[in-house]
Amino acid sequence: MNNAIEIRELSLSIEDRSILNNISFNLGEIDIACLLGPSGCGKTSLLRCIAGFEKPNKGEVLIKGVITSNPNHYIPVEERNIGMVFQDYVLFPHMCVSENIIFGLKNLQQKRIKQRLDELIELLDLGDQINKFPHQLSGGQQQRVALARAMAPRPGVLLLDEPFASLDIELREQLAHELRSILKQDGITTIMVTHNQLEAFAMADVIGVMRDGKLRQWDTAFNLYHIPKTLDVADFVGEGVFISGEVINNKEVKTDIGNIKGYVPDNLTKGEKVRVLIRPDDILHDDDSEITAVVISKAFRGAEFLYTLEMKNGLHVQSLVPSHHDHPINEPIGIKLEIDHLVIFAD
Amino acid sequence: MNKIIKTAYIFIVFFIFQQLPSAAEVNIYSARKEALIKPLLVKFSEKTGIEVNLITGKADTFIKRLEIEGKNTPADILLTVDAARLVRAKEKGLFQEINSEVLNKTIPERLRDINNHWFGLSLRSRVIVFSPERVEAEDLTDYMSLSDTKWRGRICVRSSSNIYNQSLVASMIVHYGIDETEIWAKSLVKNFARQPKGGDRDQIKAVAIGVCDIALVNNYYLAGMLDSGQEDEVSFAMKTKLFWPGQDKYGAHINISGVGVTRHSKNKKRAIQLLEYLVTNEAQEWYSNVNYEYSVNPKIKNTGVLERWGAFVSDNINLSLLGKHNSDAVLLMDRAGWK
Amino acid sequence: MTFKKFSESFYSKLNFKLSNFNLALVLLSLFFCIPLIIICGSLFFPAKDVWTHLFDTVLVDYIFNSFALLIGVGFFSLILGVIPAWLISMYKFPMSRYLEWAILLPMSMPAYIIAYSYTGAFDAAGPVQETIRELTGWGYHDYWFPEVRSLGGAMAMLSFVLYPYIYLLTRASFTEQSVCVLEVSRTLGCNSVDAFRRVALPLARPAIIVGLSLVLMETLADYGTVQYFGVSAFTTGIFRTWFGMDNSLVAAQLSAVLLLFVAVFLYLERRSRTQLAFHHTSSRYSPLLKQKLIGTHAFFAFVVCFIPLLLGFIIPASFLFDWAISAYSGVFNKDFYILLLNTLMLAFVTALLALVVALFLGYTNRNSYSFINKFLVRFVSMGYAIPGTVIAVGVLIPFAWFDSRLDDFLKLHFNISSGLLISGTLFILVFAYLVRFLTIPINIVEAALGKIKPEMDEIAKTNGLSHINIVKRIHMPIMRGSLLTALLLVFVDVLKELPATLILRPFNFNTLAVRTFELANEERLADAAIPALAIVLAGIIPVIMISNSISRSRPGYE
Repeated sequence: MNNAIEIRELSLSIEDRSILNNISFNLGEIDIACLLGPSGCGKTSLLRCIAGFEKPNKGEVLIKGVITSNPNHYIPVEERNIGMVFQDYVLFPHMCVSENIIFGLKNLQQKRIKQRLDELIELLDLGDQINKFPHQLSGGQQQRVALARAMAPRPGVLLLDEPFASLDIELREQLAHELRSILKQDGITTIMVTHNQLEAFAMADVIGVMRDGKLRQWDTAFNLYHIPKTLDVADFVGEGVFISGEVINNKEVKTDIGNIKGYVPDNLTKGEKVRVLIRPDDILHDDDSEITAVVISKAFRGAEFLYTLEMKNGLHVQSLVPSHHDHPINEPIGIKLEIDHLVIFAD
Repeated sequence: MNKIIKTAYIFIVFFIFQQLPSAAEVNIYSARKEALIKPLLVKFSEKTGIEVNLITGKADTFIKRLEIEGKNTPADILLTVDAARLVRAKEKGLFQEINSEVLNKTIPERLRDINNHWFGLSLRSRVIVFSPERVEAEDLTDYMSLSDTKWRGRICVRSSSNIYNQSLVASMIVHYGIDETEIWAKSLVKNFARQPKGGDRDQIKAVAIGVCDIALVNNYYLAGMLDSGQEDEVSFAMKTKLFWPGQDKYGAHINISGVGVTRHSKNKKRAIQLLEYLVTNEAQEWYSNVNYEYSVNPKIKNTGVLERWGAFVSDNINLSLLGKHNSDAVLLMDRAGWK
Repeated sequence: MTFKKFSESFYSKLNFKLSNFNLALVLLSLFFCIPLIIICGSLFFPAKDVWTHLFDTVLVDYIFNSFALLIGVGFFSLILGVIPAWLISMYKFPMSRYLEWAILLPMSMPAYIIAYSYTGAFDAAGPVQETIRELTGWGYHDYWFPEVRSLGGAMAMLSFVLYPYIYLLTRASFTEQSVCVLEVSRTLGCNSVDAFRRVALPLARPAIIVGLSLVLMETLADYGTVQYFGVSAFTTGIFRTWFGMDNSLVAAQLSAVLLLFVAVFLYLERRSRTQLAFHHTSSRYSPLLKQKLIGTHAFFAFVVCFIPLLLGFIIPASFLFDWAISAYSGVFNKDFYILLLNTLMLAFVTALLALVVALFLGYTNRNSYSFINKFLVRFVSMGYAIPGTVIAVGVLIPFAWFDSRLDDFLKLHFNISSGLLISGTLFILVFAYLVRFLTIPINIVEAALGKIKPEMDEIAKTNGLSHINIVKRIHMPIMRGSLLTALLLVFVDVLKELPATLILRPFNFNTLAVRTFELANEERLADAAIPALAIVLAGIIPVIMISNSISRSRPGYE
């Protein structure tokens, strides 16, 4: 088996409230997974189940092929060889940076410990910080120390709980990329929890979208965006609006902005009412187009504008347009529908 | 929170002002325990209508306090349980001369101050208590003989910090001089069965149990235990017997409890009234009997245990000498290692 | 012009702003420092002869015994305090809910009472050895039995009664540590023992050291126990020199030497606290889920937590109870109730005042960087280790002087006599208590304030809150657990206080402690048992309150 993590039908209830409901997924070695969802969806509880802080009522957790949690069998947290970085890092205040990092390296020779410490210090660029104490570090530095500490014992899986939550917004995406390359370099399987899609997209090989304790879809970022399996995944991931449509045949759907060709799932019959996902990048600005829509609002995003447009029939759509096309509000602009992936759901 | 603070203020003010002294009263600093004096004071108040206010404590503390309070002291009378402290108080100028015929007539000269600064109220003796099972009465003679090596590990006595021991040693300094007394003390310490601990009653119990064979105690403790009505106390006491030391020599060491009127007393007349009351027959009988002591008035007869013990020869040195040699005694005991 | 410039630069060098607050702090602190100043001042007067005598005879004993007591009591109270604190904070086991507060019960027992009790019970003449002799027929010299009245016994007595300070502070620290720290250490491979040893214990170290220094200062200040046991320590030596040898100068000098020891502890304590300047490890809290223990672990945990309670409370209390019943009749009369009322009111008022003063000092100190302020408050909080006797006289002298000056003045100008306005009243007693007991609330307030980030004050100020309101509406609610702890500790301490009360109490005013002491020293232990038990009972309820308030004030609880 080369699966680092296997979750099988995991369920968790606390005092009659269902927190996690029948969750299953696999994660391969060296992969980075991200659990994505709004607050209260259960992602942190899932993480804690994997860590061993919570015991599931049903189902199993396997780490590197070993059953660590099921209703009959439970391996304590300290024996699971996992690493965890908490949301507020929780560094040991009474130890300096290097002591924090090597905390989990107990049964090694001094030489090896020093080796691993040096590796991590270089990897995470903590050279200047070695002898400082946590209260002397900035937020970003604390995060790196917490990471180094968790990674030091080469855990079977690294668990990150909202690692960027305490950091400045502008840094997040960039840090996410850096973190990804660090984790890949060290070759460590990772599961991260976040409610921020951009971080998830930047970090993860595979993302699990969760809602209300259920795992809605476990897929790559691209697929989640372009081939969402359920309505709420489509709604949660990326931007877009739903417009109503009607199935013409197994290759075509009729909508108010035109007919769209694409793959229609077999379970949808001719004439069935559907909801069609229109992403901002599905609507292009085309001065030559006959179809026009009026600009209702616009959001400047640096390289692009996100225009919210009202069609003649009152329908609202969004369009992502290069920002040198600066159209004022209430001005009609030409638009063209260009959908590569047809995403439809039964109404 | 505010309410609590306000109530607290009220209480503290109330308590402070409750303490302000009122007229027609006499204030006593007493080293004698409350139960051994208060009822008598109550009787006095009933008779004369004079309020008596009492604080009990250690004589040393009161002497210090009187010194510090100076002329603003509220105390009228200092009552102590030994002579040396009375002498010290006099030396510090804390007493004043009292000319009272009643006092002078009732109390023998050697039991009061030559300048009438202080007056003895009751008498007690420091005696030897022994276990009849392990000691023959013939082996006992006087205090000096206790340094003999045959008593090695067989003697119990309380700490040198206690004034009764200090006065005993002072009396020996008077009779034998410092050098000889020091030699005696050093050997005595070697004869201790254990390091001094506890009070006189503990020493009696120690003898009863067998921790040691003889002890030096004030006789009223033994009498108190015999009369206590408490099973354990009585049974301990019954296992011991009293011996009057030095009957062939200068007699058993005695000490007094006594009083003086403070120099800056604001109620001198009333204080004298109280003192004179305390030497009346009725008062003396109660005062001495309640603590198994002897009245300073030789005419008052003893009852109960004291009566059974009978008369004894007592050391008749002037008790002010106990005060005079007190500091010598303390230093000597330190040098001898008497803890 | 130049003087103004000079004083400005002087003040600025000391970072001292001449604000009302700072001035009030200085004056108040100096006021409480009076006894200390007098005692330290005594060192400037030579008294060679007496010191030579002391040196030749008893000084070595004083030093040795005091040292031995410190080491012994320190060691035992650490064990009795820290281990149960950990077990109770982290685990559920049989009776743990009750043991949580019950283990504090010895705090309601004055050391001298437990000394009398153990002596009465286990001494050669006591019921335990009596029974042994009866059952076996042995004589006193035929068997070995630990001697209660000894140096070792004194160590034991003090440990039994003082460990709750360490337990209390350590437990508060364990409970307040973010549970995340412990979870993190588990993810790094620590089992419970490792987590305790490498993380929880070091994090709790400041609290432990604070508790330990309090214990050691109490030990140095104890008089009743060492006196009763015949152990010559500094306190008995001071007492003896002061009163027995009638040498107040040397006694004050001995006290100054004693204070040197205290200063050492204080320095160590402060240093360790600043070195590990902690804020919380995390501001997120999750409720502390106590692990449930079963089998031998549970039994072991129960026994370990039960033993301190047994030794420090159950054994002495049972004997006291027994004696009290035998002396029952004739005790509960009007005098007794007055005694009770006096004692309680005195303790309550003093505790309240102490808290107010400590809050003021703590708050003013917090906002100032002045070296003077910090130094003064430090000085004030040394009062704790000075023996009650010493404080009493250090307090009596200046106030009696003041009273007689005032009296002279009034007589001269207004022809009225004020007599002893202050020194004969409760005021002087309360003042002496404050001098002695301010350490605890000051330390606790300072520790609690240290956990509140200064930013909170700033937020409050931008919202227009005055200083008093900042303290009342922000600091106090957050610190509620600590404040109640401080209030309670002072209350219980005043209840138990003996030597200063003996010396300074006004006419016709007695407390339970005084009564107990007198009766015990008259070897009337049975009679002493009832007022002793009354003290203990009065001291129990606060103990329960304290335990509840700690669990409730932990954020995240519930």
